[in-house]
Amino acid sequence: METIRKFERVCEIIDHNQRNAARLIPILQAVQAEYRYLPEEILTFVATSLGISPARVFGVATFYSLFTLKPKGKYLIRVCNGTACHVKGSMGLYGAIVKKLGLREGEDSTPDMLFTVETVNCLGACGLSPAMVVNDEVYGQLTPQRVSDIVDEIVLKEAQNESDAHGA
Amino acid sequence: MNGTFVFIDNKEIPIENEQNLLELIRKARVDLPTFCYHSELSIYGACRLCMVQVEGMGLVPACSTPPTPEMKVSTNTEEIRKMRKIIVELLLANHSQNCPTCQKSTTCQLQALAKRFGITKVRFKNQLREMPPDESSPSLVRDPNKCVLCGDCVRICSEVQSVGAIDFAYRGAQTVVIPSFGKALDQVECVNCGQCARICPTGALTPKSEVDEVWKDIHNPSKVVVAQVAPAVRVAIGEMFGLPPGTTTTGQIAAALRAIGFDKIYDTSFTADLTVLEESGEFIKRVTTGDRIPQFTSCCPAWVKFVEQYYPEFVNHLSSCRSPQQMFGALAKEMLSSELNVRPEDVVVVSIMPCTAKKFEAKRPEFEHDGVRDVDHVLTTQEFGRMIEEAGLHFKELGPESFHMPFGFKTGAGVIFGNSGGVSEAVLRYVSEKLTGQKHESYEFTSVRGENGIREAKLSVAGNEFTLAVVSGLGNARRVLDRIRSGEAHYDLVEVMACPGGCVGGAGQPVFSDPVVRRQRTKGLYENDRMLELHKSQDNPYITELYGTVLGEVGSHKAHELLHTSYRTRKRILDEDVSISSGDEKSLDISVCFGTSCFLKGSQKLLHDILGHIRSKGLNARVNVNASFCFEKCDKGPTIKVGSRTIEGCTIEKAIEAIKREGVALAEEVRQNV
Ligand code: SF4
Ligand code: SF4
Ligand code: SF4
Ligand code: FES
Ligand code: FES
Ligand code: FES
Repeated sequence: METIRKFERVCEIIDHNQRNAARLIPILQAVQAEYRYLPEEILTFVATSLGISPARVFGVATFYSLFTLKPKGKYLIRVCNGTACHVKGSMGLYGAIVKKLGLREGEDSTPDMLFTVETVNCLGACGLSPAMVVNDEVYGQLTPQRVSDIVDEIVLKEAQNESDAHGA
Repeated sequence: MNGTFVFIDNKEIPIENEQNLLELIRKARVDLPTFCYHSELSIYGACRLCMVQVEGMGLVPACSTPPTPEMKVSTNTEEIRKMRKIIVELLLANHSQNCPTCQKSTTCQLQALAKRFGITKVRFKNQLREMPPDESSPSLVRDPNKCVLCGDCVRICSEVQSVGAIDFAYRGAQTVVIPSFGKALDQVECVNCGQCARICPTGALTPKSEVDEVWKDIHNPSKVVVAQVAPAVRVAIGEMFGLPPGTTTTGQIAAALRAIGFDKIYDTSFTADLTVLEESGEFIKRVTTGDRIPQFTSCCPAWVKFVEQYYPEFVNHLSSCRSPQQMFGALAKEMLSSELNVRPEDVVVVSIMPCTAKKFEAKRPEFEHDGVRDVDHVLTTQEFGRMIEEAGLHFKELGPESFHMPFGFKTGAGVIFGNSGGVSEAVLRYVSEKLTGQKHESYEFTSVRGENGIREAKLSVAGNEFTLAVVSGLGNARRVLDRIRSGEAHYDLVEVMACPGGCVGGAGQPVFSDPVVRRQRTKGLYENDRMLELHKSQDNPYITELYGTVLGEVGSHKAHELLHTSYRTRKRILDEDVSISSGDEKSLDISVCFGTSCFLKGSQKLLHDILGHIRSKGLNARVNVNASFCFEKCDKGPTIKVGSRTIEGCTIEKAIEAIKREGVALAEEVRQNV
């Protein structure tokens, strides 16, 4: 029923924006907020209902870095690799996370879709460098150890949620 | 702004109505390099090749800078020359290095610029990320390794054709021009008109070549290889051999085909004459009974696919006549094997066409019978030109030869099919005599001629008022169809050619970008018409004979079998469904169409109601619900599919009933399995 809710939500988003092709970007943002990525078939649907070509929608969705066409994990870790953070060893942090999560070459998400790791250019938190964001939360002055602990905390929290859900 | 001028390289050039500096610079007879400027398209200003120095402004792109009085423009400073060189070198550094084997070699503008700027080596490291070319389309090859990202194809496809099959995607160094989701071109809404390939300055989009297959059949002694030549080819192919556009070379074409080794040489204009009779017969019948008016012409396969994809409610307005190419194929396969005493599968029909969409048309399943295609290969004018070069023939010097009879005989009506307005005029030449029962001296209907992409003509024939629309370019076609649909416009006959100006401007023709070339070719065809002995299809003696011996009368059963066809509504993009809810493995599949037509007819509400029904009956675990894109029944939407049954014009009541019916079957199946 989760998928129904999401699809009905997409219809709502489109109606809410008066099926106006000029509102494509806010529509895609809202759709991505639902799915955490932009599924291909949903983009075709968006194009159809706005009366524009799917190639144009695909173009916009791939142009802006805020959009993603690949499913993302529940926790999106974005390690800053802006100049300030880079100087303070951000790539070491990135390496530590990749190793901790056991990601292979070319992979950016864990198979259980719990984590996705990316690098970004400057989070605007240079005073805290090296920095990263997990979903909406910013972490600063990081060390490989601290990063590893953050991952452990999330895994633990998830495991608890899981058992609570089953216990209930 | 009249009466004022600008200085271009110190020369005074009057401003007349030019919208940008580039036009003025061209008027000053300076050939400024450009990749992304075309007078037919919007201004994009991305390639930066047209940069010029303007006093007080520095370097500006000429294509997107409006002139102001007394502006001082320099087109050839040291800085500009250096910059142009760097731009071209950077493009080359990102470009495939296979120039000699490229189809566009010698007509490629990147190659021409490299030569013009004396670039003998590229100072930058080759950055090319090799990507596989897309050869999925029957009409075109897309090689991203040769793309300079000028965006010309993107704009012509969306602005002129209103299709938008390809667009920019990704950004920065990753930027590419591709169909949606990186799909293959034959999986998307491309109508194969090839206008993108016509305008592409490089070899990134080119017509797909069938030259090798044709040589193979020519060299095979057991095959009888038959050529048909489309009207527009004869006024264009000379351009590849140094003749001015519009020069008629019918006789040289026949000579070249013979020299290359074709066994029989015929003229598609003959079957164009035949089309006139069949299509006019259909028109008279339909217009007098008020049946599916307006009638749309059907000789352009790109237009036909366009209607099938975007205007399902108009599909049955298309004339049921096959295009002249396909009429020829069917007749040749039917008649020539017995006449020439060879097995049907050994008759090979090769068409020489100005068109890339004809390659797609020849492969439509409707035109194949028992594994034998009516038309085996389609060569573009360009490909034919390449065969002439390969055979080492001096085209210009060939003595004119004639076509074979009977399919080599045509009237002027069959020749003007090659330009926009030609089909309409040819039909009028027939209808006016047929309805009045009188022979007329004059044959020209100049009111349907002209250059506008949308032309209207009102004519009165034997007391009947007919309104015609003559349209070229699919964007124009869309405008006309929308006005017909909304009731704003009424026509009896609508002629549509996908390529601006008609087939003379087809993508298979020798490469051109100046619209003047198209105009000269059109002029050539009208001159051709005047030079021929006969001008009306009904006067073609071999057509009369053909009806006498094989077809019976216009619109007969036999004519229908050989010369007519049917169409279907068509999905634009081949892709998967959106899964909305899923039950267990044995569940019943329900798909609701969310294609444009069905969407507009209320499929969203229908889905909502179906889901409500499922929820209220507690059927969640027993059904899978999908949103699907088009079941190709768009004219009868909203369409849903329940199990294997397609339900057209679906309402919630019909849906519930279908689910109930399938539900019973489901329960029984479950019982049996227990
Ligand atoms: S062939 Fe025509 S429809 Fe297809 S991509 Fe090119 S311009 Fe667009
Ligand atoms: S494919 Fe050709 S026309 Fe299209 S952007 Fe690339 S170079 Fe330009
Ligand atoms: S207008 Fe002529 S050349 Fe162009 S797609 Fe149609 S049939 Fe082909
Ligand atoms: S560089 Fe990392 S936050 Fe600015
Ligand atoms: S022609 Fe002016 S920027 Fe390309
Ligand atoms: S849109 Fe084609 S069947 Fe629904």
